[in-house]
Amino acid sequence: MREPGSPASTRLLSGWGRVPTVAAQELLSEDLDVITRDVPLSRGLGRSYGDASLPAHGDKRVAGSVLADRILAFDPDSGILRAEAGLSLREIVRLFLPRGYFTPVSPGTQYVTLGGMVAADIHGKNHHRDGCFGQHVTSLRMRVADGRIVDCSPTKERDLFRATVGGMGLTGHILEVAVRLKRVPSPWIVFESVRLPNVEAYVAALKEAGTSWPQTVGFIDCTKGGRHLGRGILIKGRWAERSEAPPQPPEPKRTVSIPFDLPSGLVNRLTVKIFNTLTYWKHFALVRKGVIHPESYFYPLDKLLNWNRFYGRRGMTQYQCVLPMEAGSDVARRFLELLRARRAASPVCVIKDCGPEGIGLLSFPRPGISIAVDFAVNDGTQALVDALNEFVVREGGRVYLAKDAFTRAAHFRAMEPRLAEWEAIRRRWDPERKFRSRQSVRVLGDEAPAPGPRPAPAEPASDLAAIAATPRSRTA
Amino acid sequence: MKVVLLGATKGMGRAMGRLLVERKHELFLLGRDEADVARSARDLEVRGGRPANSVGVAACDLARPEGFATALDAAERALGKLDAIIVTAALFATQARLEDDPAFAGELLAANFTGTVLFCEAARKRLLAKGGGTLCVFSSVAGERGRKPVIIYGAAKAGLSHYLEGLDHKFSAQGLRVVTVKPGFVKTGMTAGLPAPPFAGEPEGVAKAVLAAIERGRPVVYVPGAWALIMFVIRLLPRFVMRKLNF
Repeated sequence: MREPGSPASTRLLSGWGRVPTVAAQELLSEDLDVITRDVPLSRGLGRSYGDASLPAHGDKRVAGSVLADRILAFDPDSGILRAEAGLSLREIVRLFLPRGYFTPVSPGTQYVTLGGMVAADIHGKNHHRDGCFGQHVTSLRMRVADGRIVDCSPTKERDLFRATVGGMGLTGHILEVAVRLKRVPSPWIVFESVRLPNVEAYVAALKEAGTSWPQTVGFIDCTKGGRHLGRGILIKGRWAERSEAPPQPPEPKRTVSIPFDLPSGLVNRLTVKIFNTLTYWKHFALVRKGVIHPESYFYPLDKLLNWNRFYGRRGMTQYQCVLPMEAGSDVARRFLELLRARRAASPVCVIKDCGPEGIGLLSFPRPGISIAVDFAVNDGTQALVDALNEFVVREGGRVYLAKDAFTRAAHFRAMEPRLAEWEAIRRRWDPERKFRSRQSVRVLGDEAPAPGPRPAPAEPASDLAAIAATPRSRTA
Repeated sequence: MKVVLLGATKGMGRAMGRLLVERKHELFLLGRDEADVARSARDLEVRGGRPANSVGVAACDLARPEGFATALDAAERALGKLDAIIVTAALFATQARLEDDPAFAGELLAANFTGTVLFCEAARKRLLAKGGGTLCVFSSVAGERGRKPVIIYGAAKAGLSHYLEGLDHKFSAQGLRVVTVKPGFVKTGMTAGLPAPPFAGEPEGVAKAVLAAIERGRPVVYVPGAWALIMFVIRLLPRFVMRKLNF
């Protein structure tokens, strides 16, 4: 025992992409009630890529939730798990998969907290069927701006709930989460993977697979041009029935840690091209089928504990957008052509299927396809993200804040017609905008608290103002 | 085993409780804040796949020795014969804070030494009355030698370690197995914000090592293990070196 909210020394905090960094104190305690008082932001395992979990310039402290990881209740009949916000998905999988339950929606890593999953309203390979994580959340306990502790759910304080799910922690501190886990017939996955010659074939197969498979995902080679542009591997999966599954439970996978930063230039156009070609041809057979370990299926990258070190000290960013397909299925091709024209090298390019919008007002997915690409950060990254964002604005898509570190406020506003409604709810619950992050200063125009060394936002280089001013018709 | 755990809500005690329920041991929790202890009990029940309310709790504050008997009575009523009593509870503060706040320094000394020793007295009497058992107490490497960053905290832990050593000498023949745990730097809420030295441990690893020591009846266990060597060297250093060193 000790006095709660122990002194926390200042250290450099960053997201998973390792840029930007902010010097701040991360308050850590088992008692979130104590450390969330008068603190502008909570942070979990820091797996959002950009600056969503970082304090704004001038804010010195964030509340770290990871030590608040107690399970408060579990009902085997309904599958509803209630726990403190710092409980990690890794623990949930370790404890509940052997009992026949799994998270209703899983991101690509287990190193996330419940609170983080709600704040980002994470989605997974099953979005076209099961929606986002927030759709399975039955209630939240929060500390709101006036200091009160408030419960909200889809029926109670519904506005607060809708603004918090996907709200990037900007409506208050998430203290407890109740979520309905999903029953699974076995802990193993049946998969079928298909090699596809180009992006048109890939997207067609992705949409087709979505009608019969609960989970679909795939990656494409975004370095290859011409008629093989966007060639890739589509992986379809479902939980194995008991009769199909191996009799033994899956052993936890061993992890490997990268002990130091690799040189910053290691991920470059040449290595990315080689890597993409190898991954494509590693899947030499046109179709593969089998039963696979759940961790290899859901969390292939978790085996390398700190794979972000591959990008060196300059760090990396992930750009993930969702693009509607109403205007035509060639949107993926045009996105990839833009990437090639900008000579952007991404070792991994993931294209997923997205279903209808969920309950969260700022939740990322909408009907269409989601494309995610990783880049090593360099002097051209801001211009690249600007160009991609202009494309996304024109197409009526949007970006995922949990990945974002470079999007400008004007672009985000142009992408997000729901923002006004979200902001109205935020004004009601937090009129002084006590909750803020470095990201909310950047994309929502929140004011940083103190006169700190903050770079003035540069003017976007193009016809952005015109785009932002034009109201777009939306079908969703 | 039937285990009573004082200090299960946080840090190494929390990890200890989780390991014990996952290994199917029966638990009864004691702690200062009964509502908080009850929350930990629910956590352990779900993790261990036990029915609701099967992990019992009672209030027990190291600053209030008059409550020890009631707390241990409740534990014996719930579990029957006790196999092990584990004490992880203690107060902590940096040397700077303790120097600035004599009132809190007094509270810490009272809880970490007087309170803990009196609790162990009550605990060992109950174990011996039923033919023996294990008394496992978390002391600290801070009690190994007077050191600048942990003068007051370390003094209480030094006294506690000596007491536990004597207890082992006197009662081991009668079936009391005393396990003195000496954690080095472990990454918990207690040490959050302090610069972590090399060989810093995780609470889950500590719990495994301590349970192994209980099962094998090892009288003293350093966790992580490297701290046995570190403290061996520190004990050998001459005074003029210790005066220079800030360790």
